[in-house]
Formats: sequence, C-alpha cells, structure tokens
Amino acid sequence: MNDPLGPTPTQAGVAPAETVPGAAASRRRPSRRAFIGYVVSGATLVTAAQFAQPETADAAIPSVPQIPELFDLEDLETQSALPTSGLITITMDEQGYANFALPRMEVGQGITTSTAMIIAEELDLPVDKVRVSLAPARPELVFNQLTGGSNTTNSTFTPIRVAAATARGRLLQAAATQLGATLSQLTTKAGVVLGPGGKSLTYAELSIKAASLVDLKVTVTLKQSADFTVIGTPTKRVDARDIVTGAKKFVTDLDVPDALPTMVCRPPTLNGKPVALRNREQVLRMPGVTDVAQVDTGIAIRAKTFGQCIDAVRAVQADWAGGPTASESDDSILAEIRRAEVPLAVPKLPLLAVQLDAKFEFMFRSSAALEPNCAIADVRDDSATVWAGLKAPIVAQGNIAKAVGLPVSKVKVNVVTGGGSFGHKLFGDAAIEAAKISKAMRKPVKLLWHRADEPRQGRVHPMATSRLRATMLAGEVLTFEQRHTSVATDFSHGLGEMLVATAAKLPPGLVGVGLSQSIFLLTQELPYNFGVVTQLLNETDTRFNTGSMRAIYSPDVACANELFIDLLAKKAGKDPLAFRLANLKQANVKAVLQKVAQVGNWGRPMAPGTAQGIAVHREYKGATACLVEIDCRPATVNRTIRDAVTGPRVTKVVMAVDAGLVVNPEGLKAQMLGGVSDGIGLALTNSLHLKDGHFLEASWDNYFYTRQWNTPPEFECVVMPSTSSEPGGAGEAGVPASVAAVACAYARATGKVPTRFPINHDTSSFEVKSFVPPVPESPTDGLSYTF
Amino acid sequence: MTKRSFVLNGKQVTVDVEDDVRVLWVLRDVLKVTGPKYGCGINVCKACTSHINGKAFNPCSVRIADIKPTDRITTIEGLADTASGELHPMQEAWLEQDVAQCGYCQPGQIMAAVAKVNQAKAQGRTISDADLDEIRNVCRCGTYFRIRQAIKSGAAKM
Ligand code: FES
Ligand code: FES
Repeated sequence: MNDPLGPTPTQAGVAPAETVPGAAASRRRPSRRAFIGYVVSGATLVTAAQFAQPETADAAIPSVPQIPELFDLEDLETQSALPTSGLITITMDEQGYANFALPRMEVGQGITTSTAMIIAEELDLPVDKVRVSLAPARPELVFNQLTGGSNTTNSTFTPIRVAAATARGRLLQAAATQLGATLSQLTTKAGVVLGPGGKSLTYAELSIKAASLVDLKVTVTLKQSADFTVIGTPTKRVDARDIVTGAKKFVTDLDVPDALPTMVCRPPTLNGKPVALRNREQVLRMPGVTDVAQVDTGIAIRAKTFGQCIDAVRAVQADWAGGPTASESDDSILAEIRRAEVPLAVPKLPLLAVQLDAKFEFMFRSSAALEPNCAIADVRDDSATVWAGLKAPIVAQGNIAKAVGLPVSKVKVNVVTGGGSFGHKLFGDAAIEAAKISKAMRKPVKLLWHRADEPRQGRVHPMATSRLRATMLAGEVLTFEQRHTSVATDFSHGLGEMLVATAAKLPPGLVGVGLSQSIFLLTQELPYNFGVVTQLLNETDTRFNTGSMRAIYSPDVACANELFIDLLAKKAGKDPLAFRLANLKQANVKAVLQKVAQVGNWGRPMAPGTAQGIAVHREYKGATACLVEIDCRPATVNRTIRDAVTGPRVTKVVMAVDAGLVVNPEGLKAQMLGGVSDGIGLALTNSLHLKDGHFLEASWDNYFYTRQWNTPPEFECVVMPSTSSEPGGAGEAGVPASVAAVACAYARATGKVPTRFPINHDTSSFEVKSFVPPVPESPTDGLSYTF
Repeated sequence: MTKRSFVLNGKQVTVDVEDDVRVLWVLRDVLKVTGPKYGCGINVCKACTSHINGKAFNPCSVRIADIKPTDRITTIEGLADTASGELHPMQEAWLEQDVAQCGYCQPGQIMAAVAKVNQAKAQGRTISDADLDEIRNVCRCGTYFRIRQAIKSGAAKM
C-alpha cells in the first residue's frame, strides 16, 4: 500500500495534504496561492483535481451597479461547480502522451485545442503530446458537464491546470529518485526532465515510475502567467488535419454494428402527432426498408441506406393530428407578444427634457447546425447505449432513461464531437428520439433528421420585440428603459436547474424573479451611464421548440440598444462614436471601441448608398466592438444569384475583442469570424416564416444563412492585450456587436431605421416545398451541375 | 439489385445495390467512405461535394445507375493522392489558414475549392472574388472569410 515515492499515508486511500516536492524552487515562488491536487492510484501516472473552483462567493453584493457587472452568467456556472465531488484526471501514458477526457462538448468552438494548450503549458509538454477526448455522461459531475454560455474555458481553466501541475510535480519527484538528484537541480522542458550533468528522462520513461499505488492528496502551485509560453500563443486546431483529410468522425460516420440508417416521417404541422399509419405493408415492402415504427414524433423508418429512408418517408400515408400551433402565423404570434408587452413607465420629465421611443421586432430563427440532428441508439431490455453530440449529456441521460424506462445507471451516453451546435445541441432531442425508436424496433438505429425537418420541426430562436424609451436633457441621457418581450425560451437543458441550485448565492436582485428573467438579468448589461436604467424581460407562449442560438438574448437586445443609441446620438447632435465614448462606463469597452474606430478608419468619407456602422457589447467578462461598412446601392442589392438572397453587401468588418486572459488568440479570432457571419445573417437575411402552423423553410436555399456572396471580402479582428488573469467566453461574444453594427450601418446607408429583423423578412424569396410528404425528393440531375 | 462498378479514389470498386440509390449513400452507407457529408440531400448545401472525372459534383443528387464503370470518383479521402505532396496544396492551405471550426462542411468546401481553381485555370485566369462569390457551400460556423483566404493561398500552389 505504500507510495513508492512519498511518505506512508496515515490511512488507506487519501493521504493527508502534503506539499508535492515537485514544487521546484526554480519555478515556484513562496507567496503563491496553493491548490489541492491528487495523485490517483494507477498503472501509469494519473493525477486529478476537483472539478470546481475555490469558493469566492463572499463577493460583494451589488446594489447600484447592474447585476452582471459583479456576478454574471459565467460566475453562476463556475460557482455551481462547488458542491460536486467529481474529479477530472490526466493520465500520462507510456508513450509520453498526456490523456484527458474533457467533460464538455467540442462543436467547433476549439475547446479541445485550448484545453490541450492549458495542459501543455502546465506540464511543459508539446501540445501535440496532449490527447483530449470528450467524456461520456458523468452524472456525478452534476452541473459541471454543461457546455453553454461560453463558459468552458472559464470554469475548467484552474482545475485542469491543477491536475497538470500535480502531474509535473510527480514526474519531477520520480526523476529525482531515478537520477539521484535533488528537485532543485531538475527542470522540465518539452516532455523531458533535465537533470545535472546532462542526464535526462522523458515523461514516457517516467510514466510508470511516477505512478502511485494509493490515492494521494497534495498541494501544488501553478505557473505564473508571466512564464506562459503556450497560453496566449496563436495555435492551430488540434483536429485540423483530421478535418481536411476527411478522417474526423461525426455521429453518423460511426460504424456501430447493425445501427442502420433511420429517418422519421414527420407531421405536416409543427409538433403535430401521428394518429395512424395507413400503408405499413407497402412501406415495409420498399427497397432496403427493414423496419417501420410509429413513435410520438412521427413514423420512423429503418433501411439499408438513408436514401431509401427518404424514399420511404415520402411514401408514408398517415393520419396526423395538428399541433398546438396549427392555426398560427407570424402575425398572430406577433399580436400575442404585443398583448404580453409590459408598458414602459412614463418618467416624470424635467422641463425641456425630451422623450424618445423605439420598437424593434425579431422574427423566428432556426438554430440548426450544418450537421442535422442525429444520434445512434442501441436500446436493449436491460440497458441502453447512445452516441450523440450533447452539450448537456447528464440531462440527456436522465431523459433517455425516462423515455425507455430504464434506470439512469443502465444508460450509457457517449459524447461525440458535433458538427456545430449554436445552442441546438444543448437539448438531447435526437438522442431521446433515437432511443425511443430503437426500443420500438428492438434494434440499433442510426437516426438522422432530414434537412427539411430542421427548420420545420427543430429548435428555433424565439420571436421577440424590444421596446425602448429614453429621456434626454441637453444631450445627457437621464433615463433608459428596455422592455424585451419574447416567445418563451426553453431552458430545460440544465441551465435552469443550475440556477436554482445556486439561488442561495445569487445577488438579492435575482431572488424571486422567474428563471428566464434571472438569466436575462444575468446576461444583459447596458454598458452606458444613462442615469436610471431598467431592462426587463417578459415571456409568453410556450408552444414552440425553442432554444438559445449562439447567445440567448444578447444579439436581439444589443441590436435594439445600439440602433437606439444611434438615434439618441443624432438627437444630441453627436457623432455615434463620440456619443458612445462619452457615455460608456468601463475602460475595456471604450478601448475596444476606440480600437475598431482607429483600425477601421471611422468617419472616412463614404459614397452615397454606402455607410459605416459601429457598435459595442459587454458580456461574458469581456467586451467586443464591431465596425462594418455596408453597400446598399442598387447594383449590389440587385445582384442575381440563383435561389439566393443577395441584398446589401457588408464589404468590410473590423472586430476588437477583450476576452480576458486569452488561451488561444487564433481560436478566438475564428470565433469572432463565425460571430460576424451570424450577425450579418441575423440583421439581413435569415429567418423562419410561420404560416398556418408550418414553418415554411425546408432548405438552405429557403433559410438564408450567410453565404459566400454575403461575406465581407475584408475582415480583421484585433485581440486586445489581456488585462485579466481569468479567461472569459468566446463562442458567443462575436454575435451581438456585429448584428448591431450591421443594422446601424444599414440605417445610415439607406436613411431608414429598420424596425423588423432580418430586414429581408417581408420579402418572399423562395418556393415553399410540400408538407405532405414532408421531405423533398432526392434529385437525380446532379451530373448537369458539375464544374 | 444490380452490381455496379466504378473507380473510387484510384481503386475499382463494385457494389450490389438498387439502381436509384444516390451515390452519396453508396459511398457512406455501403462503402463506409464518410468524408462526403450529408447536409441537405438536395444539391443545396454542398457538404457532399466530391469529384467525378476531375470535376466537382454532388453525389446526393446522382443515381448509382448513372455512374459508368470507367467513371473516376474522388472523395476528400483520395484528394491528396491526386497531387504530389503528402497533402493536396488546398488541404495545406486549409491548415495554414486554420479554416475549420466544427469541420462538418470542410471536406465539401475543399473539394469545391479545388474544382473552382481548376475551372479558372482552364479558362486561363486566376481565381477572383467573383469566382469565390459563386461558391454555394454552406458553412454554418461562418468560416467563409478564411475559406476565401485559403483558396487564394492554395491556388497559388496548385
Ligand atoms: S448533401 Fe449533397 S448538396 Fe447537401
Ligand atoms: S466548419 Fe462547421 S459548418 Fe463549416
């Protein structure tokens, strides 16, 4: 039971805390804060840290400042990590690789790369010697396994570093024994421990020697940020080579034995239900078809190929019950939102004060990724295994267990890297559906949603209105009110539970308000000194399948606010940039704004029909600013491209971002670029149209997400020097400022302030595909489009 | 079911499958060649883009019965073998520009890019912004700008 390298523990299992001798004097300075790490018993070296952050909840309670200034959604997600007992572990193998299973989901946001960088930094190991995989659902991690709110790096940063530092210390200790050296004579570099007289041992050679037979609790200190050589260095994605060679595997690329292609014939109206299948025998006789089963979401078909599933889906004759929104359209839902709007207060105006009001509308949007919803499920009588892209796998595991009537412990949920998420994969929709189908067919299934199913039955970003009122006196803003009213957002992916579980620690302003209002208040922060500021959310209508799409409320709220601020600036007779700079509260927000103004040459002369727009956003402990140039001249707007919406072209974008401590500037810039593409689409082109209970869109040539012909030919992103020792969020931070800047530029170029988004919504730009059958026929004329 | 034969990534392959199954499913579901992705199945998203006899095509919209035994189909998995280096210059350019995010669209993007550059070359031109605007491939992660950079860079080495 002895640890070959350390003192005998006083009892079996966890030894009392000791300082790991690996705290080599060369690197560790005495006054540094110590953390608890663990050496876990194993065949090779395994170290661990509690996946939680030190208690910091005794932070001041905010009163005057708005809630997010002191305690935002990121704090919430990090804090709720405290009560869990789950450990994260790093295993050093005999080949010298550090292996780590990240309890988060990679969906393209680059967290496997940044995580590898963090481990490489603290372990003194090359990044390509770190293997990061995705952990399956681990119920004991409770809220610690939710990828959302851009919080991955913020909440995992310290625990991962502690585990890596513990491993390094242990390797040094083993090397000291082997080399007969003292710890102060040893250094580490690129996976090698270097000793006196040119002697050295690789981590691979030490991986067994450094292993422990018992679990040990040790204290470690972490590298100082001034010594970082990996963190903060632009690093390319670790999975890039697999991606460009086609080797990267997504869910439907996995070859699970007998998990044959499966699709669902879905109801013609949103959330309708199957009543009866009228031609089961005929469908079963179709080429390739092996199974047909009625489930609550439609008629499921399993076949040899997905193509044969599509043919069979199209052949289904069934009776359907209309869904709960069967008679609704855009206008009726907008009217309902209007009825739910809480009146704006009428402030007592000093003499000569002026009041400005504005109202903006945001249409339904699809949060679908390019990889449609998909999952593999193998449900047996006594157990189930599921493979899916899941950002909240523990919640999905519970829901799957319930859906197939098995105890949670019998459901194994494997997390697979996703082909994009944008909030879509917070929910286990496809995983739950696949499990139900597998149970009904008593066979493994590989479920894929048809593209047409995604906009029509998938998650949407809710329709909303934002109303604003401000009063001004002599160019100063005295009051600022915002009333955001929205179709309800579904938070059943775990964020809700996380919030409730930490409610006791929330600032008083949040106690007693509803869940959505809480999340709204935690994320929305007006960065301006505008006297008395109130921002409120009101929700209505829970009949839609909603979710957050790359930021929850911020893109719509920022778009409304920044357009309104341009109006206020105009009223005050000030330049939009000068007006913002005069009223912004925080230095980091001013700094990003000044940066884009300078790099983007704000105020340069522009031709008629073209204009610049500028906007800022503060959230996720960081600040972003965006400057765009837009071309709204007829020759540009009226470009014709088949089956496309061309419209105004954003010709140039400059972003500046302060995201706190930046692990990977290259990855951060990539996230900003993605945010800009989303922002352009949200402002100009992409929305869903609800008509008589159907969402009309069924294709990427109906739902006009940004395409090459809408892409700015010029893009630049400046990452601001880090002023914080803590990483902020990146995945969502690029959207709000960019949608706002595009809207502001459009208003200036056309002289018309748009009030409905996207601005293209009221133009019908495509031919609607059939609802029965619910998916289009597979074309056969592909060879006439070769190039 | 009929036996169908064609050249896939340099090797003659034979499959036994119904005539009207689209080539994408022959590749993915029958032959387990999963580089070409499904994103729509109706020749819109271009995630499945591959090459037939050196030209870009979308296998989701071509029946296997319309493929001849001499037709050469190249997927992302076989692209590197069509050039001299370890990777195709366009793949190298993708790495250099760190284009990919989730990666789902990228095999199709690279195959489309190579064909687009070859098309311009055949017309005696270098690739222009107008050519890039014609590329229809969807990237829902919004990597478009880096795709443009990579295509220009890759074209210079092709
Ligand atoms: S799957 Fe072939 S073009 Fe979309
Ligand atoms: S990289 Fe995700 S869809 Fe293009």
